[in-house]
Amino acid sequence: MIHSLFLINAAGDIFLEKHWKSVVSRSVCDYFFEAQERASEAENVPPVIPTPHHYLLSVYRHKIFFVAVIQSEVPPLFVIEFLHRVVDTFQDYFGICSEVMIKDNVVVVYEVLEEMLDNGFPLATESNILKELIKPPTILRTVVNTITGSTNVGDQLPTGQLSVVPWRRTGVKYTNNEAYFDVIEEIDAIIDKSGSTITAEIQGVIDACVKLTGMPDLTLSFMNPRLLDDVSFHPCVRFKRWESERILSFIPPDGNFRLLSYHVSAQNLVAIPVYVKHNISFRDGSSLGRFEITVGPKQTMGKTIEGVMVSSQMPKGVLNMSLTPSQGTHVFDPVTKLLSWDVGKINPQKLPSLKGTMSLQGGASKPDENPTINLQFKIQQLAISGLKVNRLDMYGEKYKPFKGIKYMTKAGKFQVRT
Amino acid sequence: MAGNGLSYSEQGGEAAPELAQEAAPTAAPAAFGLFSSDTKKNEDLKQMLESSKDSSKLDAMKRIVGMIAKGKNASELFPAVVKNVASKNIEIKKLVYVYLMRYAEEQQDLALLSISTFQRALKDPNQLIRASALRVLSSIRVPIIVPIMMLAIKEASSDLSPYVRKNAAHAIQKLYSLDPEQKEMLIEVIEKLLKDRSTLVAGSVVMAFEEVCPDRIDLIHKNYRKLCTLLVDVEEWGQVVIIHMLTRYARTQFVSPWKKDDEDVVEEYNENNFYESDDEQKEKDQKVKKTYVMDPDHRLLLRNTKPLLQSRNAAVVMAVAQLYWHLAPKSEAGIVSKSLVRLLHSNREVQYIVLQNIATMSIQRKGMFEPYLKSFYVRSTDPTMIKTLKLEILTNLANEANISTLLREFQTYVKSQDKQFAAATIQAIGRCATNITEVTDTCLNGLVCLLSNRDEIVVAESVVVIKKLLQTQPAHHGEIIKHMAKLLDNITVPVARASILWLIGEYCERVPKIAPDVLRKTAKSFTNEDDLVKLQILNLGAKLYLTNSKQTKLLTQYVLNLGKYDQSYDIRDRTRFIRQLIVPNEKSGALSKYAKKIFLAQKPAPLLESPFKARDHFQLGTLSHTLNSKATGYLELSDWPEVAPDPALRNVEAAEVTKEWTVLLGKTKKEKPAEKFYSESEEEEDESASTSATESESGSESEKEDKEEGSSDESSGSSSSSGESSDSESDSKESAGKKTSRPAEKSDSEDSKKKAKGITKKRNMSSSSDSEASSSEESSSDSKSESDLQSDSQSGKPGRAASSKKEDKPVQDRKAPNKKDVFLLDLDDFCPVASPAAAPAAAVLSPSLIADLEGLSLSGSSVIDVTTQVFVPTKTYELLHRMSGKGLAAHYHFSRQPCIFGERMVSVQVTVTNTTDQKIENIHIGEMKLPAGMRMHGFNPIESLEPEGSITVSMGIDFCDSTQTATFQLCTNEDHFNVSIQPPVGELLLPVTMSEKDFKKEQGMLTGMNEASATIAVAPQNSSSPVIIERVVKAANLGVVPSGQDNIHRFAAKTVHSGSLMLVTVELKESSTAQLIINTEKTVIGSVLLRELKPVLSQG
Repeated sequence: MIHSLFLINAAGDIFLEKHWKSVVSRSVCDYFFEAQERASEAENVPPVIPTPHHYLLSVYRHKIFFVAVIQSEVPPLFVIEFLHRVVDTFQDYFGICSEVMIKDNVVVVYEVLEEMLDNGFPLATESNILKELIKPPTILRTVVNTITGSTNVGDQLPTGQLSVVPWRRTGVKYTNNEAYFDVIEEIDAIIDKSGSTITAEIQGVIDACVKLTGMPDLTLSFMNPRLLDDVSFHPCVRFKRWESERILSFIPPDGNFRLLSYHVSAQNLVAIPVYVKHNISFRDGSSLGRFEITVGPKQTMGKTIEGVMVSSQMPKGVLNMSLTPSQGTHVFDPVTKLLSWDVGKINPQKLPSLKGTMSLQGGASKPDENPTINLQFKIQQLAISGLKVNRLDMYGEKYKPFKGIKYMTKAGKFQVRT
Repeated sequence: MAGNGLSYSEQGGEAAPELAQEAAPTAAPAAFGLFSSDTKKNEDLKQMLESSKDSSKLDAMKRIVGMIAKGKNASELFPAVVKNVASKNIEIKKLVYVYLMRYAEEQQDLALLSISTFQRALKDPNQLIRASALRVLSSIRVPIIVPIMMLAIKEASSDLSPYVRKNAAHAIQKLYSLDPEQKEMLIEVIEKLLKDRSTLVAGSVVMAFEEVCPDRIDLIHKNYRKLCTLLVDVEEWGQVVIIHMLTRYARTQFVSPWKKDDEDVVEEYNENNFYESDDEQKEKDQKVKKTYVMDPDHRLLLRNTKPLLQSRNAAVVMAVAQLYWHLAPKSEAGIVSKSLVRLLHSNREVQYIVLQNIATMSIQRKGMFEPYLKSFYVRSTDPTMIKTLKLEILTNLANEANISTLLREFQTYVKSQDKQFAAATIQAIGRCATNITEVTDTCLNGLVCLLSNRDEIVVAESVVVIKKLLQTQPAHHGEIIKHMAKLLDNITVPVARASILWLIGEYCERVPKIAPDVLRKTAKSFTNEDDLVKLQILNLGAKLYLTNSKQTKLLTQYVLNLGKYDQSYDIRDRTRFIRQLIVPNEKSGALSKYAKKIFLAQKPAPLLESPFKARDHFQLGTLSHTLNSKATGYLELSDWPEVAPDPALRNVEAAEVTKEWTVLLGKTKKEKPAEKFYSESEEEEDESASTSATESESGSESEKEDKEEGSSDESSGSSSSSGESSDSESDSKESAGKKTSRPAEKSDSEDSKKKAKGITKKRNMSSSSDSEASSSEESSSDSKSESDLQSDSQSGKPGRAASSKKEDKPVQDRKAPNKKDVFLLDLDDFCPVASPAAAPAAAVLSPSLIADLEGLSLSGSSVIDVTTQVFVPTKTYELLHRMSGKGLAAHYHFSRQPCIFGERMVSVQVTVTNTTDQKIENIHIGEMKLPAGMRMHGFNPIESLEPEGSITVSMGIDFCDSTQTATFQLCTNEDHFNVSIQPPVGELLLPVTMSEKDFKKEQGMLTGMNEASATIAVAPQNSSSPVIIERVVKAANLGVVPSGQDNIHRFAAKTVHSGSLMLVTVELKESSTAQLIINTEKTVIGSVLLRELKPVLSQG
C-alpha cells in the first residue's frame, strides 16, 4: 500500500524520508513540487497527484506536507486518513508536530513509523499501543535512560494488541482517579448581508481525558440524546447499546481521546450567539472607503462571549486602513491584505466596534464584492445545541472516581457576508 | 569520543551553517573534516559500533538512523551494523532492523549473515520478538532467502499468537513481490489464514488476498459469512480492505437488486412493495420471474456494514458508502448520505475526496443529497479545489424547487475575489440554465448583466456561456447579440472574442447591419489577434460573404489575403480552404455550390455536462475514481450476474458446526465406511499439492482395508461401547445448545442405536465434503427436505449413496476441502484413514513407489504438511484405578489426532467406567494444576453414568512440548480424585508428510546441536522395512517419509505445540546395527525420543 513517506517543509526541503518497501528515489517529489508551484497556495495543492509510476497522496498540516508514495490502486481516503493519524500520533508524542520537533526526535519518529506500518499496511495506530512499544521521550526518561541504560523500546507485545479492547493498556494505575469530559460544539454558519442565517450547523465533539485505574466500564447518558443527529464513535463505544438505549457505554482508552463527534444538522434551528453590524463601502472614483463593524451578543443564554477575533480578507485594491477599535487590538497586513481584530470579551453594555477609513488604490475601480468577515469566539459553560450530559457511571472497579464535565461553544467556520 | 562526535556532525551535517558556528572553537579539525572523505567520517561510527558499550553503539545507531531519515547514504557501514543484529539491547536491535530493511537489498551477501539470527528469533517464546523477526526477515529483499521466508511464513501462519499470524499475512505480500513464482504456495497460506477467526488477522490476510490472488474469488465463499460477522470487530484499516473486497465479491455472486430500466411501471411498483418487506418475505416463492428476492447473504453484508457508517475513520465510512452505492437497493443507498456529509467537516484532503465521490453520486441520484444542499454552500475560506467541487455538486442538485435559492447563492459566488471560482460559477449557472428550462431566461439575463462586470475573466466566461446558451435556443436573442457586438471593443480575452465573432457569424442574418461592421473592425485588428480569434474572423468573413456578399466581398477578400500570409500554418490552411470553398473560380469543384450549406448548417447545441459524468464507471472511493483514469492494480467491478451463482457455496459455517459435532459424536465409534474411500482419493487428487501421500495410497489400497476392518473394530478398545456412548453424548451436546443447521437431524438422536448411527453417518457425509450442500441445485432453503431425503437413502445403502453422490460432483471438491477440513474429516472415525489399517497399508507399499507418488503430487515444491497419523496405538494408560476411585475407573489413550480444541493441544481420549452398582453423576474436571504455560481443555461434564457403563470423552492438553505431568481433579457429585497424565514423548508429535528431498533439506538445516544420534543393535527379526516402520510409528506418532534407499528409513513429524520439525532417520548398517539419527530444534524432546526409540528396535 504505502510505499514511502516524505516530509516536506514550507521551504520545499525534504527533511525526512521513510520507506516501507523498496526505496523510492526522492526525485519522485519533483512532481509534487511542480504541482505545488502551480497551486499558488499550499492549501490548493491537490491531495492526489499522479506521476508516471507512482501516485503521490499528501496532507498538509502544521506547515508540513506529508507525502505518501503509493504504487497501485488503494482507496485514497485510506492513505489520507492514515497520514492524518500519523500527524496526530506525532502531536500526541511530542506535544506539537513541527519540523524542529521531528528533526530533534528523528529516532523516535522512525521507530514509531516503523511500528505503524508493515509493508505499507497499518499495523498499530492506537496511540495507547504505540506508547507501550515506544515510550514518548520526556526529559526525565532521557536522563534515567542515560544513567541506567534502559531503553525507550518495549520488549513485550502490548497487551492491547491482542485483547478485545486494543485501545486500552492493562495495568493502568493512578493515585487520583479522574475522568473529565469536554463537550465542545462548533458553529459553522454563513450569515448573509442582512444578518439572516443562510446555513448553520453544529459540529460537536466530546473529548475525554480519562485517568482511571484498572479496567473501568463507563456509561454516559444524556438528558436529550435525540439531539444527536449523526454520530461517529471511538471504537470503544458499544454501538448496540447506543442503538437501543441511546447510552454511551464503553471501556475508555487511557489518557486523552475523542469519544464521540456528532452533528446537529441545519434542519434544527441553530441559535446564533453573535451578530455583526457592518458598514463597508467603497465609492467609485474616490480613494477612500468607509469601514465600520460592531459585534454584539445575541441568544447567549446569559453567558459571556469571549475570545472574539474578527478577521477579514480585504480586496486587493485596499492599500491601507486607518481604524480605531473601541477595545482590543487590530492589525492590517498591507501585503496579504488581511485585517484581524482581536476583540476579547464582549461587554453587552458597551459593544466593541472598529471604525475608520480605507485608502484605496488610486484610479482602480471599486471592488465588486465586500470582504467576508470571519468570526472566532468562545462561550464557556454552554453547549449551544442544548445537549446535556445526564450522568456518568462507572462499573467494574471499586474506587470512586472524580468526574467532571465541561461545556464549551466555539465558532467553527463562521462567516458573515457583507 | 566527544571530539569524534563533533567532527562527525561537522561532516555529517554537510556543512550546515548552524553546526559550523557551534564548532567554531574547533575550527581546525572542522576544516580538515571538510576535506576528509566519507569513509573517514564513518570511521568513528564504526568504532562506536564495535565498542563494547551498548550506550555508544546505541548512539551510533541513532546517528545512522538519522542519516537514513535524511536520505543520506549509510550503506558502507553495513558490515559494522549487521554485527549488532543479535544485540541484547532491544533498542539497538530495533534500529539495526531499521537499517537492515533499508540496505539489505543493496548488500545481499552481507545481509545473509543476519539470517540465522532471525531464524533463531522466529522460535523465541516472546511473540513480539517472533513477529518482528518475521517482519524483518520478510522485509529483506534478498532473493536467495525465498525458501527460508516461505518456510517462516508457513510456520508463522499456524503460530498460536494472532499477532504473529497477522505478520505472516503481511509477509505473504512481501514474498510475493519479491518472487511471484511462489504464488501457488502463498495462495495456500492465504487460504489457511482466511480461515483464521481472529479479527487481528482478517484485515491483513484479505489485503494479502487482494494483492496476490484477487481473482481467486472461490477462496472467499467459505469465509464470506465469517468475514461479514467479524467485520465490526476488525481494526479499522482492515475494515476498509475487507469492505472493498466484499463489494467486488458481492457483485459477482448476487443478482442485481436494482430495478431494470426496461421494466414497466407495474413491475416497478411490485418491486417497491417488495423492498419494504423483503426481510419477512425471504422464503416467498419465486413464482413471478421478475420478483426479486435478496439473497440472505447479500442482506447480511448490508446489515453488518451499516454500523460502520458511524466509524471515526473517514476511509471506513467511505468504504461503506461505496458498498451501499454499488450493492444496496436504490431505496436503501440513501442512508449513507448523512454520514458522507458529516465527513465534510473533516480535513481539507478528506473533504476533497468525499466531495468528488458525492459529485459522482449526485449526478445519478439527486435525491440522496438534496436534503443536505446547504452543507455544500461555499465559504470564502475554502481552498479553490473544494469550492469548485462544491459548486459542481450544487449544480448537480439544482432542480425547479431549489433553483431560485441556488441562483441567489451563485450571485454571491460570482462576486467572489477568487476569479477562477467566479468563472466556474458562471459555467455552473449556464448548466443550470440548460437543465432547468424555467430559469433559462433568468439566467441569461443575469449573465448579460455580468457582461458589464469589470473583471475580464468573468465577462469572458459569461460570453462563452451565453454563446452556448444562445445556441440551445436561438429563437430571438438579437438584442443580446447586439449587446455583445458592442462589447467586442472592450474584451481582450481571446476565447470570449472568438465566441462573440462566432455568434455574430452564426446569426448574421439576425443582425444584418452590425455584422459587416464587426468584420470591418476586426479586419483592421486582424494581425494583432490571437490565432483563435483569427480563425473566427475568417469564419465570420466566409459566412458574411455567403449571405451578404454585396457588402462584404471586398472585406472578406482582404481578410483572406491577410490570412494567406499569416505566420501560423493553421490560419494559412484555413484561408486556403475557405477561399476555395466560397470564391467561385474555374478550379473550384462541386463543393462550392454547397458552401452555404456547409457553413450555415444547423448546428446541434452543445451539451453542458458535468465533468464527473465520465467517472461513474469507476468504483467509488478508489484512486482510479479520484484520478478519473485507471490506476495500476485497479480491479474492475463486474456487472451483476444474470443468474446468481449457487448460494450454497457459502454454506460453510453451518457445515462446520455440524462437523465439530460429528467429531465429538463419532469420537468413539469405529465404524466402517470404506466405500467412501474412492471418492476421497479423487478429491485429494483434485487438490493436488496439499494431498498427503499416505492418504491417497491408503485409498488405492482400500480393498485391503476392507478386509482388515473387522480386526480394527475389535482392536480398538474403546469402540465396544460406541453406540451407547455416542447416543448419550449427542444428547448432552444437543442440550448444551450446540447449533445445528439441520433440524431434521436433531429430533431422533435419542432413538435406537442404529438410527443414531445412520444420522451420524449422514452428518459425517455432509461434513466430509461440503459438496452436498453446494452441489444441490436446490436452494438452501430446501435443506430440510434434502437432509430428510438423505437420511432415507442412507438407511438403505449408506456409504454407497455418499460416494456416488460425491462422484457426481467433483467440481466443488476443489473448493471444499482444505487442510483443516481434512483434519476434521480424519478425526471422524468413519474415515478409513483414521483406522489402524492404514499403517500396514502404507508399509506394504514399496518405498520407491511412495517416492514416485510423492513426486507426482508434489512436483518438487517443498511442502510440509501435517498428515494423518499412520498408526493409532491401542495402548491405554491408567488414569484412575477403580479402587482409588471408589468404583470410578478411568483410562486414557492418545488418539493421535490433531486436537479439535486447539492446534497446540494433544488430544487425549479418556474412557470413564463405572464399576459400582450405582449411578455416578456429574463427572467433570475440577481444579487443574498445570505447570506454567500448559493449557488444558477438559471434556464436557458427563451428566450421569449408569452402573457398569462406560463412556469415552476427549480432551485436549497443551503440553508445551514437554513431558511434564498434567495434574487435575476428576470430580463426581460426591468426590474428587487427583489424577495426572504424563505423555510419552512420542505422543507430543504430529506426523507430517514431506518428500525425501525436503527431508534432506530440512535435515541439512538442523545439524550440529540440533542433531542427536546413536548406534544401536537391531534384533534380527526387526531388520525388514515393514517391521521397522511399524515399530517406529507405534512408538511415536511419526509420519513415514518415502525413501529411495532400502536401508534408510525416514520419519518426520512436528511437535504439537511449537510445530518444530522432528526428523528421525534409521539407517541399517551391516552386522545388524543401525544408526538412529534425530534432527530437531527441540533438542530435549529429541534426546528423549532417541532414548525411547532405542529399545524399540533393539528388542525383539
